[in-house]
Amino acid sequence: MPTRTASGLVAYVNARLLDPATGLDSPGALLTNGETIADVGPGLFQGGVPSGIEVVDCRGLCLAPGLVDMRVQLREPGEEHKETLKSAGEAAVAGGVTSMVCLPNTYPVIDEVATVEFVARRARKIGLAKVYPYAAATKGLEGKELSEMGMLAEAGALGFTDGTRAIRNALVLRRALAYAATFGAMIVQHPEEPALAEGGVMNEGELATRMGLAGIPAAAEAIMLERDMRLVELTGGRYHAAHIATAEGVAVIRRAKAKGLAVTCDTAPPYFALNELAVGDYRTFAKLSPPLRAEADRQAVVAGLVDGTIDAIASDHAPQDQDSKRQPFAQAEFGGVGLETLLAVTLELHHNGHLGLLAALERITHAPARLLGLAAGRLKVGHAADLVVFDPGRGWKVDSEKLRSKSKNSPFDGRPLQGLAVRTVVDGRTVFLRDA
Amino acid sequence: MLLDLADGYVEQNRSIDKRKNLLRGRTVINLFFENSTRTRTSFELAGKRLGADVINMQVAGSSVQKGETLIDTAMTLNAMHLDVLVVRHPDSGAVKLLSEKVNCAVINGGDGSHEHPTQALLDALTIRRRKGRLSGLSVAICGDVLHSRVARSNIYLLNTMGARVRLIGPRTLLPSQVDRMGVEVFHDMRAGLEGVDVIMMLRIQNERMRGNFIPSIREYFHFFGLDGEKLALAKPDAVIMHPGPMNRGVEIDSDVADDVERSLIREQVEMGVAVRMACLDLLTRSLPNSAGAA
Repeated sequence: MPTRTASGLVAYVNARLLDPATGLDSPGALLTNGETIADVGPGLFQGGVPSGIEVVDCRGLCLAPGLVDMRVQLREPGEEHKETLKSAGEAAVAGGVTSMVCLPNTYPVIDEVATVEFVARRARKIGLAKVYPYAAATKGLEGKELSEMGMLAEAGALGFTDGTRAIRNALVLRRALAYAATFGAMIVQHPEEPALAEGGVMNEGELATRMGLAGIPAAAEAIMLERDMRLVELTGGRYHAAHIATAEGVAVIRRAKAKGLAVTCDTAPPYFALNELAVGDYRTFAKLSPPLRAEADRQAVVAGLVDGTIDAIASDHAPQDQDSKRQPFAQAEFGGVGLETLLAVTLELHHNGHLGLLAALERITHAPARLLGLAAGRLKVGHAADLVVFDPGRGWKVDSEKLRSKSKNSPFDGRPLQGLAVRTVVDGRTVFLRDA
Repeated sequence: MLLDLADGYVEQNRSIDKRKNLLRGRTVINLFFENSTRTRTSFELAGKRLGADVINMQVAGSSVQKGETLIDTAMTLNAMHLDVLVVRHPDSGAVKLLSEKVNCAVINGGDGSHEHPTQALLDALTIRRRKGRLSGLSVAICGDVLHSRVARSNIYLLNTMGARVRLIGPRTLLPSQVDRMGVEVFHDMRAGLEGVDVIMMLRIQNERMRGNFIPSIREYFHFFGLDGEKLALAKPDAVIMHPGPMNRGVEIDSDVADDVERSLIREQVEMGVAVRMACLDLLTRSLPNSAGAA
C-alpha cells in the first residue's frame, strides 16, 4: 500500500472536480498542503504546476470529497472474528469512504468514555478511514438508564443510539431526547416497533407466506416513527431515523419535516437497490434489519431520496461471519457488508436518472457530514484533505470473496455495478490506490 | 415590610435574651408529613422565641392515607383551638386543602413540588442583607427545578421584587413550559452563570440519579455541579446559596460551599428563624382576639 507522509504540497490535476456542497462540477485541480486542502478550482494550475509540488494526474476522473458513511458496525472490540477496525478501514478506503461512524453495539458496548477513546485511538493508529463513534443512548443498550451523554459527547461521540435496537420505552426515549438536546446531540433511532418485529425474519406479505417464514410488517417502521415524532415534538429534541425502508416510513418523515420538526433520516443501498425478492431461495446474505421490503417500498425510498425527505445514504455495514450466515434462514444473523459497494450502488441512482451526479454524491458526502456536524464531505480550503478519485463509468461485478471486509456477507454479491474508487486520500495521504 | 420586620428579629436572635412575649398564650403546631430537620427546628425556635406554645407533630408520610384522613387530621386539630398551623406535606396542594378546613392561620412549610414560601422569603432576606437590594439583581437557580418547590417560590418572589431569574439545568430536570414563568432558561451552566449576582443551587435527590433523569452523579457534577471554575464566570462578588441539605460533590463542591466570602448557606439558616418569626408575628396580628386587634 502506498503511503506517503503528509508533508509538503500535492497537486491533483486533470480532474473533474465534484463538490456537492457548492455545486461545483468542472475540470480543474486541487492542491493539498500536508493534511489539508490548500486550494481548489477550475483555474488552478492552468499555467502548469510549479516545480517542487508532487503531481497526481487524475486522468480526467472525478475528484470528490471522501465519502462519509454515517452508519457502520465495526465489531471491534469484541467480535474481531467478524471485522476489525483495520479490515473495516481497508474496506472503507477501497470504497472511497474516508470517515465512518460506528454503532456502539460492540463488546463491551460503547457507553463509557474509555471505550469511545479506545475506538478513536485505534482508528487513528491504523490511519485508514477516520472512525467516529456513536455512543449508547442507554447503558448497556438495555433501553433503561441514560448513558453519560455529556461526557461521551465531550470524548467525541457524535450522537446517541441503541444501535440495532429500537429505544422502545417511550419515557426513556423522551428523556434521552431531552437529555441529549441539553448537549446539542442527536438521538439515532432504529425505527422498528420491537414487539411487531419479534420473531420476524423478512418482509411480511405474500412472499413470506409462500416461503413459510415469519414476517415483519411494514407498519412496524411507521408505528415507531409516528410515536417518535410525538416525542420529538414534546421534547424539542434532535432525532435521526436510520435506514428508512418503507413507503409509510418515508411519508411519516416527510410530514414531520413539513411540520418543522428537527428530524432527519438516512437509508442504505439495499433499500433503494433491492427488494424482498432478493431473499428468494432463502439467501441469508439478503437477510437484513430492517428487512428488504416490497417493490413499492423501494420505489418510495428512491422518491424520498429524490425529493430530499431522505437526507443521506449510509452503508449500514454489518459484517457477519460464515457461521452466522450459513444457517437456515430463520436462524441466520441479520445484516450485510456495504462499505465497498456504497459508492457504486449510490451511483446507480445517477445512472438510472433519478439523481444528478452531484446530488447522488451529496447523499454520501456533504449531507451526512452536515447532519453529524463534521468538517468533512466537501472540497473546502482548510478542511482535511479527505478525497476520493473515482471513475463513475467503470463497470465491475461484486465478488463477495474479493471484498476486503473480514466478513463477506454482501447482499449485492454477483451484481454488476458501475463506478469505482481508484484513489482514496485521508489527511493528504493516499491510503488506497487501485491497480489499473 | 415583612423583610424589615425580619431584619429586627435577626438582631433579637443575636442577643442573649432572644425571647419576646408577643405570642404568649398562642399555640403553634408544626404538622410535618415529611421528614425535615431545619425547617421544623426553625419554626419551632421562631415560635418559642416569640413566647408561643409550640408542638411538633411528625407524621410518617407512608402511614397516613391521603384525602379523607388528612381532612380528619385537620378537624381533630381544629377542635384543639390552635392559632397557627405550620404544615409540610409531600403532596402539592395538600396545605391548601388543610387550610380550607381549619379556623386557624396556616403557614405552608413546603408542599410537594409546589411551593415553599418561607424559604423564598428567607432567601430574599439573605440576599437583601448582603446586596442591599433585590431589584435589578441577576439570580441563577441551578439544578433540579423539576422537583423543586424552593425554585418555584423563589421565581415568584424574585420576579415580584424586580430581580431577573435564570434557570440552569439539563432539559430532563426543567419542567415543561417553565420559560413561561418569566425566567430565562439555560442548559449550559457556564453560559447561564455569566455575570450573575446570586447563584442558588438546588438539591439533587440521589434516588433520581440512577439513569432516569440524569445518567450519573459524576456526569451531573461535571456539567451542573458548582465548582470554583464555573463560579469564576459569575460576577466577582457573586454569592452562593443552597436551601439545604447539600449533597457535596453532587451539586456543589465543598470548596465552594464552605467559602466564607462567597457562601451564604449558613446565613440562610440564620435568616430562616428571623423570617419565620416575622411571619408568625404578622399572621397573629390579624387573628381574631389578638392583642393588637382587641
